[in-house]
Amino acid sequence: MTDWPLLSLTTFLPLVGALFILAIRGEAQVVARNARNVALLTSVATFVVSLFILSGFDPASADFQLKESTTWLPGTAIAYTMGVDGISVWFVLLSTFLTPICILSSIGAVETRVKEYMISFLILETMMVGMFCALDMVLFYVFFEGVLIPMFIIIGVWGGQRRVYAAFKLFLYTLAGSVLMLIAMLAMYFDAHTTDIPTLMAHAFDGRMQLWLWLAFFASFAVKVPMWPVHTWLPDAHVEAPTAGSVILAGVLLKMGAYGFIRFSVPMFPIASEYFTPLIYTLSIVAVIYTSLVALVQDDMKKLIAYSSIAHMGYVTIGIFSMTTQGVEGAMYQMLSHGIVSGALFLCVGVVYDRMHTREIARYGGLVERMPKYAAVFMLMTMASVGLPGTSGFVGEFLVLLGVFQVNSWVAFFAATGLVLGACYALYLYRRVVFGKLTREDLKSIMDLSPREVAMFAPMIVLVIWMGVYPNTFLEPMHASVAKLIDNFELAKAAANGLSVAAR
Amino acid sequence: MMYIAAVFLPLLGSIVAGLFGRFIGDRGAQLVTCTLLGVSAAISGLIFKSVAIDGNAVVIPLLNWIQSGTVNVSWALKFDTLTAVMMIVVTWVSFMVHVYSVGYMSHDPSKPRFMSYLSLFTFAMLMLVTADNLIQMFFGWEGVGVASYLLIGFWFHKPSANAAAIKAFVVNRVGDFGFALGIFGVYYMFDSVGFDAIFAAAPEKAGATVTFFGIEWHAVTICCLLLFVGAMGKSAQLGLHTWLPDAMEGPTPVSALIHAATMVTAGVFMVARMSPLFEFSDTALATVTIIGALTAFFAATVGCVQNDIKRIIAYSTCSQLGYMFFAIGVSAYQAAIFHLMTHAFFKALLFLGAGSVIHAMSDEQDIRRMGGIWKHVKVTWALMWIGSLALAGIPFFAGYYSKDTILEAAYAAHSNVGLLAYGLGVAAAFLTAFYSWRLLILTFHGKPRADEHTMAHVHESPAVMVLPLVVLATGAVLAGWLGYEMFVGHDRAEFWKSAILVTAAHPTMENLHHIPSWVATLPTVVAVSGIALAYILYMFAPSVPGMLAKSFNGIYLFLLNKWYFDELYDFLFVRPAFKLGRGLWKGGDGALIDGVGPDGVAAATKAIAGKVGRLQSGYLYHYAFAMLIGVATFVTWYMFNAR
Repeated sequence: MTDWPLLSLTTFLPLVGALFILAIRGEAQVVARNARNVALLTSVATFVVSLFILSGFDPASADFQLKESTTWLPGTAIAYTMGVDGISVWFVLLSTFLTPICILSSIGAVETRVKEYMISFLILETMMVGMFCALDMVLFYVFFEGVLIPMFIIIGVWGGQRRVYAAFKLFLYTLAGSVLMLIAMLAMYFDAHTTDIPTLMAHAFDGRMQLWLWLAFFASFAVKVPMWPVHTWLPDAHVEAPTAGSVILAGVLLKMGAYGFIRFSVPMFPIASEYFTPLIYTLSIVAVIYTSLVALVQDDMKKLIAYSSIAHMGYVTIGIFSMTTQGVEGAMYQMLSHGIVSGALFLCVGVVYDRMHTREIARYGGLVERMPKYAAVFMLMTMASVGLPGTSGFVGEFLVLLGVFQVNSWVAFFAATGLVLGACYALYLYRRVVFGKLTREDLKSIMDLSPREVAMFAPMIVLVIWMGVYPNTFLEPMHASVAKLIDNFELAKAAANGLSVAAR
Repeated sequence: MMYIAAVFLPLLGSIVAGLFGRFIGDRGAQLVTCTLLGVSAAISGLIFKSVAIDGNAVVIPLLNWIQSGTVNVSWALKFDTLTAVMMIVVTWVSFMVHVYSVGYMSHDPSKPRFMSYLSLFTFAMLMLVTADNLIQMFFGWEGVGVASYLLIGFWFHKPSANAAAIKAFVVNRVGDFGFALGIFGVYYMFDSVGFDAIFAAAPEKAGATVTFFGIEWHAVTICCLLLFVGAMGKSAQLGLHTWLPDAMEGPTPVSALIHAATMVTAGVFMVARMSPLFEFSDTALATVTIIGALTAFFAATVGCVQNDIKRIIAYSTCSQLGYMFFAIGVSAYQAAIFHLMTHAFFKALLFLGAGSVIHAMSDEQDIRRMGGIWKHVKVTWALMWIGSLALAGIPFFAGYYSKDTILEAAYAAHSNVGLLAYGLGVAAAFLTAFYSWRLLILTFHGKPRADEHTMAHVHESPAVMVLPLVVLATGAVLAGWLGYEMFVGHDRAEFWKSAILVTAAHPTMENLHHIPSWVATLPTVVAVSGIALAYILYMFAPSVPGMLAKSFNGIYLFLLNKWYFDELYDFLFVRPAFKLGRGLWKGGDGALIDGVGPDGVAAATKAIAGKVGRLQSGYLYHYAFAMLIGVATFVTWYMFNAR
């Protein structure tokens, strides 16, 4: 099994499924049913294949593993290279884990153009997995931008009322950043004469050049994370996207920016990263406090969770740039946890949206009377989002704060206010939706979770508790890669300091 | 194995009742949770015998938890004397409350849910007291917070209950904010979060300084102060106390278990557990003393004018927690834990007794509409008397031993803050006796003020509710007398062993036996006079309190409104947060970022395109004119440059 091209298999298996769906002909109903089945089957199979990646992965090694390489564009240095290390392997699994759940959640919710919808989702999965596996800068760029296309279509076609506005906003923001990133990549190519990511990591760029390259990459990644103040596309995109789109958006797309920081900015431009750390801290702290306050006053459930996502991603960027073992591992963990928890929260919104067709908080209240199972799931996910110890949310948040405290206590102080603010908006939302008296007539016949919905939440519940009680399963494979990242960063810093001392 | 079972059986009970409550029915859920907790309580007794009496302290590692860099945290259960005492308190009171709830909640439709929450709480509390490192303690700490949130908001259809639940969680989170920073600080200094490692390294770090938040601190002091913020939140000390009275929205058994006997004492426990750290910071200890003394006094004053039977007892709890803290502040940790233990018994008794009264009075909680019911509920009445006698510190009841020890310790500290604490503590003791008897007299004695319909229904509670009360009353009578020598008397060193550290610099517990006799008798004297005053005002001259309230209206309102803390916080934090949030959303995100950013760019593009588009008019002479101007400009420019 180990000599199979597992990464390419995981990446392109969904595409094969998409081709099959494309070939389905017949009556609309039959097509829809078959498309759903094929999509579900493909995504589950992909998840199973991706588990083999984990079993073939050696957690003790910090190197890129399961590498595959073939020439792609002959005559250039650009090649098709894939590989995973302890950082990217988790994102691959996160993507393959969330996709089947998304497809499952769409079964009741999407009734129009089912075939095209399923195709979009499978293509989206290919793009996501490919992006996390890519070890060539150009290949990375192709997948990184490619993700946008199906997402743009999913929001634009199956979205809500203002879907076109939201889709364009998403596109404009991300495109603006990407253009700068492309220019930076060209500059890097001309400097290093390679597009191979591991080689680029070892290449020492000139200090001044690093600053410019860092800023160009930052423009792209900051939009994706999203960091304040380039975050305003996210609430709109979330609100308009169909439930499954929101899950992927929050679960995987937001991680792409932070992954970019870990894969490009920090190892390739260590001096610039060091130089811009105060900027990142400031923007992240503003994000944590600002968006938490904004979340507090939202009337739309999805918007509230979208804003909370921005606050949570603030922890991630703080953790990455704290450059301590706990900080970086905490950031990684926070991303994985947030991927599942916020995904589950969006699904929770989707469950009631499917029944009532509104996301307005004031339209709900007292749901616990009719939906005890739903209330329990929602409560667990709310608590995980708040960072209750014993759930996945705690480990990441705690490690990030612990890590950053070692280098800057003020940052930890301000970021920790998120503990309080997070509890405020999350519990306030929960109270308005689930508690209280059930007074509205149309809510009195609302149904509790169906078996399909239980099946969709069950794996997430298991993971949230597993990640909270025994996080070592997930932390252990990270150790070597994170240690290498930090060591290289420290070395580069020391070298740069030595250089400047020598120059004096 | 048995030790582990004692901690995890309540969790098992909670899961069974919570997930399968529908299948096993109300009776089944009650039976399962009560039985498992009973077993747990019995094991706790054995643990106490083995650990505290025979001296077999152990740490049982369970599972590796978080491992990242040098952070290495395991799930592990630590059993020493301090833990054993807490386990006795937690499991026994919890067991009594479980049994009592069977009767008290008999009319409630969701009994399995209630029993499940109670057991969940007990589990979290046991995890808290058996933690062997700070992060696991934090797990229990937050766990009890969630259980408390769920139980306060148990009647979810009541808006006031929901508000109180959120308030409790959020205010506790403010404390946890400090606690978390304290943990980070401790880790920064000691490179570990395990208790044994921290305590072993504490003496050599006693003089170290660190720079946090841009200020250079005495390292131990800043860590202790941050940890203490956490303790203040959980134990409802002045400033972070506002959630506790509101928490009375929960069912009464909850108030007895969580908001009197166990959870609120977690802060006291935590500081006592961290005694090897606090001992090295006089500043932190002084702060603890002052906050504790102020809380003891503040809460007692407010307790004197409240009219809700549960709120009076809630403020009393707040006040008694203040006593425990200032005992800690003067390094009398043993006395604090001793009071924690006795208080658990008599305060749970008072709360459950109050629950029994409320049950009898058809859910009436206002003592102004009670009175004269003692003949109908004789057992409850007698038990409430016992509880109040113990609370007021009347000789030979439990509170007498523990509270007097605390006050004597405060005096024996021979420091200014100690004297302040003694003064405020004695004043609070007077008020305590006063409000306790005010409550007793207004509730049970005098003329009935309830309507006839309610009075006709007044009945003694069933045996399942009365029996736990009797057990707790036994504790309230005997716990002080039984525990005195072990906890604070001559056997204390042998009893506590290494669970609590007191350095030679703070010989409070030794000084205790060499204080003037008036210091020891004064608390009893003021308690008796407090009772006497209550009798005079409410039994013999019931018109006087009303007149007093009228003539000192300002003071009365100040006290009735709890020193206006809620209003102050609402004004300072709650409303600005919402206002700021709305402002940032509409102004920041909406107008500024979107306005200048994507929307602005889009609008600008459209506007410019529109203008440029208008140039394309289709008239030949327009184009010819433009060309002519162009040619003219070009020629002119060329001519000037040619020179």
